[in-house]
Amino acid sequence: MKLYCLSGHPTLPCNVLKFKSTTIMLDCGLDTTAALYFLPLPLVHSPRLSKLPGWVSKDGAVNLEKELKECSGRVFVDSQPEFCLPEKELLDLSTIDVILISNYHCMMALPYITEHTGFTGTVYATEPTLQIGRLLMEELVTFMERVPKAQAATCWKNKEIQRLLPGPLKDAVDVWSWRKCYSVQEVNSALSKVQLVGYSQKELFGAVQVTPLSSGYSLGSSNWIIQSHYEKVSYVSGSSLLTTHPQPMEQSSLKNSDVLILTGLTQIPTANPDGMLGEFCSNLAMTIRAGGNVLVPCYSSGVIYDLLECLYQFMDSANLGSTPFYFISPVANSSLEFSQIFAEWLCQNKQSKVYLPEPPFPHAELIQTNKLKHYPSIHGDFSSEFRQPCVVFTGHPSLRFGDVVHFMELWGKSSLNTIIFTEPDFSYLDALAPYQPLAMKCVYCPIDTRLNFHQVSKLLKDIQPLHVVCPEPYTQPPPAQPHRSDLMLELQPPPMAYRRCSVLGLPFRRRYERIHLLPELARSLVPSEIKAGVSVATVSAVLQSKDNKHVLQPVPKPAPVPPSKKRKRVTEEPPEVLNPKPLLSGAVPLEPFLAMLHKNGITEVKVEETADGHILHLQTEDVLIQLEEDATHIICDNNEPLRKPGSELLRG
Amino acid sequence: MPDIKVTPLGAGQDVGRSCILVSIGGKNIMLDCGMHMGYNDDRRFPDFSYITQNGRLTEFLDCVIISHFHLDHCGALPYMSEMVGYDGPIYMTHPTKAICPILLEDFRKITVDKKGETNFFTSQMIKDCMKKVVPLNLHQTVQVDEELEIKAYYAGHVLGAAMVQIKVGSESVVYTGDYNMTPDRHLGAAWIDKCRPDLLISESTYATTIRDSKRCRERDFLKKVHETVERGGKVLIPVFALGRAQELCILLETFWERMNLKAPIYFSTGLTEKANHYYKLFITWTNQKIRKTFVQRNMFEFKHIKAFDRSYADNPGPMVVFATPGMLHAGQSLLIFKKWAGNEKNMVIMPGYCVQGTVGHKILNGQKKLEMEGRATLDVKLQVEYMSFSAHADAKGIMQLIRMAEPRNMLLVHGEAKKMEFLKDKIEQEFSISCYMPANGETTSIVTNPSVPVDISLNLLKREMALGGPLPDAKRPRTMHGTLIMKDNSLRLVSPEQALKELGLSEHQLRFTCRVQLHDPHSDNDTLGRIYTHLKSVLKTYSIQHVPDGTVIVESIVIKVTSSAEEPNLKVILLSWSYQTADSTATKKKKIQL
Repeated sequence: MKLYCLSGHPTLPCNVLKFKSTTIMLDCGLDTTAALYFLPLPLVHSPRLSKLPGWVSKDGAVNLEKELKECSGRVFVDSQPEFCLPEKELLDLSTIDVILISNYHCMMALPYITEHTGFTGTVYATEPTLQIGRLLMEELVTFMERVPKAQAATCWKNKEIQRLLPGPLKDAVDVWSWRKCYSVQEVNSALSKVQLVGYSQKELFGAVQVTPLSSGYSLGSSNWIIQSHYEKVSYVSGSSLLTTHPQPMEQSSLKNSDVLILTGLTQIPTANPDGMLGEFCSNLAMTIRAGGNVLVPCYSSGVIYDLLECLYQFMDSANLGSTPFYFISPVANSSLEFSQIFAEWLCQNKQSKVYLPEPPFPHAELIQTNKLKHYPSIHGDFSSEFRQPCVVFTGHPSLRFGDVVHFMELWGKSSLNTIIFTEPDFSYLDALAPYQPLAMKCVYCPIDTRLNFHQVSKLLKDIQPLHVVCPEPYTQPPPAQPHRSDLMLELQPPPMAYRRCSVLGLPFRRRYERIHLLPELARSLVPSEIKAGVSVATVSAVLQSKDNKHVLQPVPKPAPVPPSKKRKRVTEEPPEVLNPKPLLSGAVPLEPFLAMLHKNGITEVKVEETADGHILHLQTEDVLIQLEEDATHIICDNNEPLRKPGSELLRG
Repeated sequence: MPDIKVTPLGAGQDVGRSCILVSIGGKNIMLDCGMHMGYNDDRRFPDFSYITQNGRLTEFLDCVIISHFHLDHCGALPYMSEMVGYDGPIYMTHPTKAICPILLEDFRKITVDKKGETNFFTSQMIKDCMKKVVPLNLHQTVQVDEELEIKAYYAGHVLGAAMVQIKVGSESVVYTGDYNMTPDRHLGAAWIDKCRPDLLISESTYATTIRDSKRCRERDFLKKVHETVERGGKVLIPVFALGRAQELCILLETFWERMNLKAPIYFSTGLTEKANHYYKLFITWTNQKIRKTFVQRNMFEFKHIKAFDRSYADNPGPMVVFATPGMLHAGQSLLIFKKWAGNEKNMVIMPGYCVQGTVGHKILNGQKKLEMEGRATLDVKLQVEYMSFSAHADAKGIMQLIRMAEPRNMLLVHGEAKKMEFLKDKIEQEFSISCYMPANGETTSIVTNPSVPVDISLNLLKREMALGGPLPDAKRPRTMHGTLIMKDNSLRLVSPEQALKELGLSEHQLRFTCRVQLHDPHSDNDTLGRIYTHLKSVLKTYSIQHVPDGTVIVESIVIKVTSSAEEPNLKVILLSWSYQTADSTATKKKKIQL
């Protein structure tokens, strides 16, 4: 059993597990942080961004004017933003049988894997994961296609050139695996390979059973159990113990794992989500009261539902009930609508609302009362309808593409406005780099509901996996806080760490396999009690193995030998298959043995005691039987019937 | 011999009061707990005294499963759980859990408030009963206890309808509830995987019907409604608030839009809007098309269909009214029917099955004079049309489901005996499986033949697979020997050696020695030498050794030659072999006896 690690990113994993001749990919996350090296894509012509100077090395030897631009003291790539893909060279991706998706953030690289690699397998995901994942992919495609870039920059990636570039471009890794965004056709084709599964649904292929379990992180998010009858791998990815909108995390089914693959812990272990939410609200209120606008760069699904719910309660109590909220995204409407129809995947509290019947999320009421409005983009109705001061939720959180770029240009110059970062995926300083200098206030309130180190060590104590596999960063304190040994995994035995391109052999010690006795065989068994509570039966049967499944059948009766009249005395018969006889155990008790002989018509028996047992002389048959503690020897003149009672007595 | 026992308390050779008891692997399950629309007395509910004469049912049942929200499948639930007494888990899907209490409350109101019955379940009892409900998701494997697991499949029929698979060890039963094998305007078709249950319990409402295409029926329906409205008549469509109503509303809504019709369409009872809301929230349970387009256009937001007020019934001019209940046995639909029955311009369209004893059943059978309460009679002059829109599988659909699931046995419920008989013959002929159709209170036993799962030691398995080679020879199967150890509920198959070691037993050696006498004038050693040469020529494939100490060893057989001093020519050949190789020895022995 082996684990191939195609991504080193702890929260955007992509691992391949080879298990019982099945090749299973666990998630395929797309690392979008590469976009930070690129210039923002403005929706509306921006004089500032279009007049940036090109970059030429100091000595003038390298001239990449067309590809690289200097902006706010940094060098950025002027091209359509690219993303870092999972490693494609480590193993043949066409051999993958199954891809298991744990949540919609961890499937964004799916089209790169399923298209153009010869992939012919199936993708398993829950319905919310599929639907919301589709929205996020479509949104990404729209962001890119709305602002087409004529040329793609590639010269800077040349190793010789890259090493001459200023930081941070100089230090960017794996730049050759970066790719442009996929197309809608590729998204549709990739998602047509998804087969829907529900929590606790047992899906079988060959000898492997996979089961998704609720992970509590987002709508439809799951952890996975991958098991045969005797081996169990748990894949934990993006789980949460906080009570937000999704169904709570299912923990007990993770018990008794041989190996637990642990990914997707919180990216901000020092920030408490509740505290951050409080800070979010107070900063928002402060800005609005001062007449400024609030910009919240965010993904179109996930924490935004919680933010809206929190604001729904907060705004009235803060006397800001009339402040409009705008949610701008090509998929804003769909995201809000979809969130209301997945009652089965929500926490109890929200589920019971549907029984009334009421929509589970209060943003339905916000929309009805016109407090929340959603638009596909800043163009169209939004420009004529929007009032200030207001709160705008829009993407993309990298600030490199999407409608958020426009708001940065529009509101960045006024210190009345505030940008509040809630998504933890991007360093906010890097995200803001091309917009500097900025008059607007910046507040960093990352809300990451995923497990923190304290929660995970408690969880592991409860479920007791034999071995833990995790990304390397989890085995040491964060680089910025080298003294915080509480922000790492300390386990016994120590976790097996992986990084991009690692191949790990997973330790398994298995001594049994599942086999089925056919009913006819089971009925023919004669168990005998050896000691209290322990019975034993000798099984002689024929083994049939197919597709890793084993069945024992009764031994077929030998076909009668076709009668042949003349039979040569010396014939060369094929050697017989050697059928070992069942082992015999125990001693032959003298009295029952004599009784059995008597039953078989042997009455004249002379018994002689020896040092080790008895010698029986069957006088009529002229047979000697030596009975000892653990051996019996029968000496006779070719007398077949006598063999039987002896062995039967021993067997019984 | 393990068996599965099935006893219908209701729906045995009958439609209504569905309640089927199943015993499987030592577990007792109640499937559905419905009421009978045709009765107002004790026969309305299943006879739970069959389970126990005195007291509560909790200790006799491991779980109760409700397939969908129709009252003939869940109407007796509060009576069973609160009045007879049952505290165990009740399983149903989310939509069923949401809608079921509303219909129960409706049922209670009609029975208690309108008919003035006492000794009926109360609102509080419905609430208490619903607290015992555990929601089921589609395809989720729910572990009721350590051995019993259940899994729900999509059944079509109505919102939230499910088929359930019940499994204990390797024995399993599938109960279909009511299902529909063709998608309709708002729901998808039932689906199940090839789960090969020991028994498939299927409804058989339309056991003998093979219905024409849905399109034709829809066109027919629209034509009739249109014609009646055109000549100024009123159309009454008795429906149940949830289910068919939504399908027909979608149908009329799109027709009205396309034809630009102006006649009003009404939906009686305040439940409608609420009902439509359920469809909006549970949109994942509807069909593909509705699910795909719901963000742009929610099919359950109707423009042409408005709420009905009692006074509208007397308005002049054409109109279409959907009114509950569907069998014209009580309530608003019956009220409107009484008002409109006298005018031949009007029409009533019965879109579903009507149970015997209801007004719906009577008029469908052509009865023109109806006896009403208080000795009054009602002349039925309006046109009566029947249009099968109820979403049950027809004969073709039932056969299709059997092909999907591949059951080993079949049992029919929820249908009329005569029709069942016909379908039973057809099933037995086509699939060569046994088909049963027990009456209420009659028990059917089905013998199962489960295989026994055992843990085999990997060593033994690997050794055996290595010896057996990659392609086992069907003509000469290998016999494997192992020892099955049964201890603390575990079954382990290990090699005999390992078993002896584990149990602290020593092996018992059993040897046989056979004396063969023959005359040979040569010395003992020469005789042995001759035997050796002979064996060598006869048994070419065996390893044969001549050991200098005066023995010949043919694999595990030891051969010695002795003679007595008195008769040096009478040689005694001693053949000795152990019990383990007895079979092969026998053959070899034959060959030695030249």
